[in-house]
Amino acid sequence: MGFFTSSIGRKIVMSLTGLFLITFLIVHLGVNLLTLVSAELFNEASHFMATNPLIQAMQYVLALGFVLHISQGIILQIRNKQARPQNYAMNKPATNSSWSSRSMILTGLLILLFLILHLKDYFWVMKFGEMPAGQTDYDLVTGLFQNKLYTLIYVASFILLGFHLDHGFQSAFQSAGVNHRKYTPMIRKIGRVYSLLMALGFSLIALYFSFAN
Amino acid sequence: MSKLNARIPEGPIDKKWTNHKNNIRLVNPANKRLIDVIVVGTGLAGGSAAASLAEMGYNVKAFCFQDSPRRAHSIAAQGGINAAKNYQNDGDSVYRLFYDTVKGGDYRSREANVYRLAEVSANIIDQCVAQGVPFAREYGGLLDNRSFGGVQVSRTFYAKGQTGQQLLLGAYSAMSRQIGLGRIKMYNRHEMLELVVVNGKARGIIARDLVTGEIERHSAHAVVIASGGYGNVFFLSTNAMGSNATASWKVHKKGALFANPCFTQIHPTCIPVSGDHQSKLTLMSESLRNDGRIWVPAKKEDAEAIRAGKLKPTQIPEEDRDYYLERRYPAFGNLVPRDVASRAAKERCDAGYGVNATGEAVYLDFASAIERYGREKANVEGIQNPSLEKIKELGKKVVEAKYGNLFQMYEKIVDQNPYETPMMIYPAVHYTMGGVWVDYNLMTTIPGCYAIGEANFSDHGANRLGASALMQGLADGYFVLPYTIGDYLADDIRTGAIPTDLPEFDEAEKAVVEQLQKFIANKGSKPVDYFHKKLGKIMWNEVGMARNESGLKKAIQEIRELRDEFHKEVMVPGELNGFNQELEKAWRVADFLELGELMALDALSRTESCGGHFREESQTEEGEAVRNDAEFTFVSAWEFTGDPGKAILHKEELVYENIELKTRSYK
Amino acid sequence: MKLTLKIWRQAGPGKAGKMETYPIDGISPDMSFLEMLDVLNNKLVTEGQEPVAFDHDCREGICGACSLYINGEAHGPDRGVTTCQLHMRKFKDGDTIYIEPWRAKAFPVIKDLVVDRGAFDRIMAAGGFVSVNTSGNTLDANSIPIPKDDADKAFDAATCIGCGACVASCKNSSAMLFVSAKVSQLALLPQGRVEAQRRVLNMVEQMDKEGFGNCTNTGACEVECPKGISLENIARMNREYIKAGLLSES
Ligand SMILES: Cc1cc2nc3c(=O)[nH]c(=O)nc-3n(C[C@H](O)[C@H](O)[C@H](O)COP(=O)(O)OP(=O)(O)OC[C@H]3O[C@@H](n4cnc5c(N)ncnc54)[C@H](O)[C@@H]3O)c2cc1C
Ligand code: HEM
Ligand code: SF4
Ligand code: FES
Repeated sequence: MGFFTSSIGRKIVMSLTGLFLITFLIVHLGVNLLTLVSAELFNEASHFMATNPLIQAMQYVLALGFVLHISQGIILQIRNKQARPQNYAMNKPATNSSWSSRSMILTGLLILLFLILHLKDYFWVMKFGEMPAGQTDYDLVTGLFQNKLYTLIYVASFILLGFHLDHGFQSAFQSAGVNHRKYTPMIRKIGRVYSLLMALGFSLIALYFSFAN
Repeated sequence: MSKLNARIPEGPIDKKWTNHKNNIRLVNPANKRLIDVIVVGTGLAGGSAAASLAEMGYNVKAFCFQDSPRRAHSIAAQGGINAAKNYQNDGDSVYRLFYDTVKGGDYRSREANVYRLAEVSANIIDQCVAQGVPFAREYGGLLDNRSFGGVQVSRTFYAKGQTGQQLLLGAYSAMSRQIGLGRIKMYNRHEMLELVVVNGKARGIIARDLVTGEIERHSAHAVVIASGGYGNVFFLSTNAMGSNATASWKVHKKGALFANPCFTQIHPTCIPVSGDHQSKLTLMSESLRNDGRIWVPAKKEDAEAIRAGKLKPTQIPEEDRDYYLERRYPAFGNLVPRDVASRAAKERCDAGYGVNATGEAVYLDFASAIERYGREKANVEGIQNPSLEKIKELGKKVVEAKYGNLFQMYEKIVDQNPYETPMMIYPAVHYTMGGVWVDYNLMTTIPGCYAIGEANFSDHGANRLGASALMQGLADGYFVLPYTIGDYLADDIRTGAIPTDLPEFDEAEKAVVEQLQKFIANKGSKPVDYFHKKLGKIMWNEVGMARNESGLKKAIQEIRELRDEFHKEVMVPGELNGFNQELEKAWRVADFLELGELMALDALSRTESCGGHFREESQTEEGEAVRNDAEFTFVSAWEFTGDPGKAILHKEELVYENIELKTRSYK
Repeated sequence: MKLTLKIWRQAGPGKAGKMETYPIDGISPDMSFLEMLDVLNNKLVTEGQEPVAFDHDCREGICGACSLYINGEAHGPDRGVTTCQLHMRKFKDGDTIYIEPWRAKAFPVIKDLVVDRGAFDRIMAAGGFVSVNTSGNTLDANSIPIPKDDADKAFDAATCIGCGACVASCKNSSAMLFVSAKVSQLALLPQGRVEAQRRVLNMVEQMDKEGFGNCTNTGACEVECPKGISLENIARMNREYIKAGLLSES
């Protein structure tokens, strides 16, 4: 059996792509936060991201990362379900594990839905679509938040992402074989802070523009 | 007597094994492939034997009734395993281990076997370490030792309180390797129900697949019985629920002599029975007696008040406590050997001083150890004039570090905190020194049928020393049997596979099926447990810690009656062809009901007291055991004649050339 | 105590089964859980019914035979104990108790509460050993000193009793905790190091073949494991696997 199709191999793919996505999110949030600073700055950054060849190349890697992460996640979920054809009549999983750890596929799929929406509304428009005359990236990004429902979906998705990452962050280290009596508790803490920052950071932007005017 | 040729090699004791190995016949590697060996049991003895025989090239078929070889009862051994390594440089040697074992066995074991055991003991540790058994180590990275009951050296190797587990997992992993290579065919959830003897030689077994209920025939050139001890005759014991006598007993009924059946070890420190529902007893390691003091109230009224729940042990002042072991045996105190400690507890409880609701328990008290350790610790930490509370707090920590897991186990079962209130303990059946008679080659009186581990009558005489059963099991399986079996199998290289359609197989299978069908068809009214518990009571009361002529005769009578009632009244629901745990139990209890009688008969015939066998007629005025070397320096080996009560006694005289017989005294 | 038991009854492998209800009375809080079932079974036998089949042997928490999923948790509500060490005082008079077998594709039910854990044995046979033959002349046991820390960690991993509670409580029926315990024990000791690569590859391959699920690191196994086998072992196995998978030349 090949390394990457073995159970542990697949986990390593999950872990590495997950960590990669974690890094991507930091950059993404960083750029987005610029909207709070000034429109020009954000537009500049946005322009830079859209034209820099390195970043352009990274886009494909990112897409690959997503595809791998999602496909492996779904394959694992299917196999895991198959491993228990009959469920318990009475089960109390909450006594031994966290909700977020048990709901990775749920939070993951919901994030995926959001991702599709997100790509359609921003990425697609910025990259391939026709920007209405005089509109900047900034206008596009902030404009959508005028719609309260959109804001709600956006915020909810990032809360879900927070849960996904609260488990995912430390899990990625464990999957990659990093577990240490001294450092693992620290990794867990960093993971929690990171997830909170992501959830809060992205939500803050949405809420700001939703309620700013 | 031709029946009992122990085949002890010539020469001085320390050369016997080497000479024997040098002269024994061998089977060449190519021929080993043509030879099948059945091993019944995958405990330390069977597991190690199966692995070693397969490594040598034999085709091994191994059987166990559990769902995996790893669950054999050996897994439960706690304390440790002896070996004459002398790593502690405290003067240990092969001779000293040999001497301690013979003396501990109250001079009723065979010198040559025990010497060989001591000789190979060191190899066991090497072998286990090579397999990855994680023994306890010191900071320097070398192996740690502890000392165990009654000996003057530290020679016990251990892995916390789970030595048996670690050793068995070592043997199991060696087996697993051979299973993976296809050299061992493993039959889990299979129970041997009969031995097949062809032309006077053991040639196979009849086994039942416990999942499908199918009756199977398995043939081989030799059959090794490694099925463990029969302590469960007493219903309540520290043995696993499934431990049984069937394999040994069936072999006995087919012609193998059964040796010293009455030699039973009753361990002094077990958690007492809490009620009728009790299904088994739990051992509290012997090591606790290093620090715990054993006592009962000195006044009967106090004992009664405690039993009624009106008084707590901690409320009884020092002067009203009877530390009876310290009183009776000032030299050894709480550290007297197992048999002595057990009898003393029974004596107090019989006299009306027992402490739990059933009146069958004594205290094992850690209060003074906690205080002593606490003071030491306070000293070490430089605390001036510590309060009693502080002392206790410090002391508890020390005790926890030493015995934490045992204390926790006790608390889970009894729901009392042993740091605050004394533990309650009582003796319980633990080990059976008796078993199938074997010669120096570990062969029974049926050619080609071997018995190893606790199943044979072993090297322990009338009383086994702590940490030596594991040693014997592994010695037999790794280092003795694999050599000695070749001597017999050398004749079989041209025999070819044994066919299973021989009339002897037909007959054996027919008998088995008939008996099984009888159980199922029986329209009785009582479950198997009912009879087993009743048998246990008879055995415990009359063939337990103290035995006397009238009690033993009564027991024989009662067992016979119970046996008849069992066959008439037992109710076994379910089917023959399927998973049926009641049927398994019925089959085993039927054998216990026969073996129990033989045990009583053996106890009756041995009118001396020795080791675990205490005849009330043979004691000093102070109640100490009196051995009778002039008349009883022999192994009692019983021959089956169709009725366990009419077994014929054969004697193997024990010759002591290297050790002088002495009276054991612990005063 | 008076209780209502809801127990999975299944006549045989592959047969349909269902939860049956059994009222039971006269249970003492001092009984162990299995002694409570003994009472039930003896009652059933006396009434001419088939008793409930369940695995057990040592009844002191070391053989790993007992394996009941009690009220939604492997080995019941108490921590650090096996089913046989669970006592009735953990329940209240009038309680309803669900008793089910381990659930996993790799552990098919044999009857009632008894499952086939042969998959564990096959994983062991794939590599859970050191390839050393019995001989009277291996190295002296003290010729390779082993740091106490490693020896202790190896011991902690080695205390796994192979009960399967980890598989039962994992939402994915993953056997990673069990397998990693053995891989770790031997990887931590110099005697086992020699074959470490081969071992981890073979054992994981067999584990996958048996149909166990994968690990999502929920940690349920560690919580329910009666022997406190640590998740550290799973990380160690992952590490060993990465090393072996990427570095091995075959
Ligand atoms: C609680 C406890 C603690 C102990 N602690 C120590 C200690 O610290 N040190 C020490 O030296 N000794 C100790 N002992 C004693 C020691 O554990 C045993 O004597 C020893 O393990 C017996 O090993 P064995 O291989 O002979 O048999 P077991 O381990 O009993 O194995 C018997 C095997 O036979 C199989 N079997 C039985 N009948 C059949 C059948 N009819 N068909 C098929 N298979 C069958 C079983 O499945 C099993 O595999 C302890 C014993 C107990 C009970
Ligand atoms: C930016 C988006 C995402 C990030 C940062 C992210 C991050 C992570 C991380 C770090 C892990 C832990 C990996 C491990 O345990 O080794 C993980 C696991 C998981 N992710 Fe994501 N993820 C994202 C999106 C998604 C999406 C869209 C899905 C959709 C299916 C998904 C499904 C899963 C699943 C199912 C797991 C658990 C796999 C398992 O252990 O069984 N994730 N994710
Ligand atoms: S890891 Fe724990 S739960 Fe799993 S089999 Fe071993 S002892 Fe049982
Ligand atoms: S019966 Fe052995 S662990 Fe429970």
